[in-house]
Amino acid sequence: MSSIGTGYDLSASQFSPDGRVFQVEYAQKAVENSGTIIGLRGKDGVVLAVEKLVTSKLYEPGANTRIFNIDRHVGMAVSGLISDARQIVETAKIEASNYRAQYGTAIPLKYLNDRVSMYMHAYTLYSAVRPFGCSVIAGSYEVDTPVMYMIDPSGVSYGYYGCAVGKAKQAAKTEIEKLKLQDLSCRELVKEAARIIYVVHDELKDKQFELELSWVGAVTDGLHERVPADVYQEAEKFAKAAMADDSDSDTEDM
Amino acid sequence: MCTFSRAPITTGTSVLGIKFDGGVAIAADILGSYGSLARFRDCPRIIKVNKNIILGAGGDYADYQYLKDIIEQKIIDDECQDDGFHLKPKSLHCWLTRVLYNRRSKFDPFWTNFIVGGIQDGETFLGTVDKLGTAYEDMHIATGYGAYIALPLMRDALEKNPDLDMRQAQELLVKCLEVLYYRDARSFPKVSLI
Repeated sequence: MSSIGTGYDLSASQFSPDGRVFQVEYAQKAVENSGTIIGLRGKDGVVLAVEKLVTSKLYEPGANTRIFNIDRHVGMAVSGLISDARQIVETAKIEASNYRAQYGTAIPLKYLNDRVSMYMHAYTLYSAVRPFGCSVIAGSYEVDTPVMYMIDPSGVSYGYYGCAVGKAKQAAKTEIEKLKLQDLSCRELVKEAARIIYVVHDELKDKQFELELSWVGAVTDGLHERVPADVYQEAEKFAKAAMADDSDSDTEDM
Repeated sequence: MCTFSRAPITTGTSVLGIKFDGGVAIAADILGSYGSLARFRDCPRIIKVNKNIILGAGGDYADYQYLKDIIEQKIIDDECQDDGFHLKPKSLHCWLTRVLYNRRSKFDPFWTNFIVGGIQDGETFLGTVDKLGTAYEDMHIATGYGAYIALPLMRDALEKNPDLDMRQAQELLVKCLEVLYYRDARSFPKVSLI
């Protein structure tokens, strides 16, 4: 890396001569090493899916989850350093709670996204702090409209129809682009999300992973929830079947 | 100058709570009195807190609303935790005793009476806390004027039939509220009952 040794990557508060902030780019690297997360926004809700890499067999199942509830109607999936991500989640929860205390209604995701983005951005401005080594996808369902945003370590955020972050984000994005997102319901999206996570998972490099799935939309009455066990199993079965088909056709080719 | 509370402004009158076979019921009217004026006629003051707790309040309506908002946020935080554990009635009751006792110890009490009901570990719970932090549990509880008028009626009914079912308990509460409406000048014929 050309940046190393130049001294411009030591602080988040200093530009390099060609106008980059290396600390922020390193933070983005931290996210790219993490398990893939995707968010899909369909016609009646948002589905979040996470490939949670399990680095040791000694961990309890279900530990260190990467999908969080922010408020009743907002869910957040995180990729990158889990401890940094928890800080973001905590901030988002406080923002949601403050908004409710002030205005007596649930926080609009647009506003929450603004606040959390600004918070993350603030950590790219000073030499005494480092940027957050995580990206987050936040989804909610407000007045019959699904909403989804993704924020990256620089504090930049966009609204998305479908987005992917983490190791296999390129592969996942190509898969997402094949879907007609606006026509799909939550139930269909859950299956597709599970399939994509399974397809983009690299079995050779990362052996074990846990699939996490959550949704918010018309099916859940606007509440963000982990998908029920039966839906989860169905989605996982669909994903595995799709994988099997895939590898069958691979062998035929050879 | 530092001034402490004071007197309640908009108030709710008695709250009644009773245990029955397999549950608890809480009832109160929905009048918000302004002193002796029957000012607000739609002030419900019984809420379902979560799937196993109900809460009723009398006294200053603003104090109740303030604590209700805090409790509701607690429940949201609790749900967001997503660990399968939920606030239980005994815990909420205990928490309320601490909050109210703390405030009375500052000579600035929340001017409220709460009745907490619910189901915990398969058993029914019914407890109360007043503005001084005085708290107790009982089979039947009535606050305010109800302690003088409704409680004897409830005791009487329970003595005759200790195993009320849900319908009987509800009927008893409605009857008590009816009597309170006749005798308590601060009451109102519309009620909420959970």
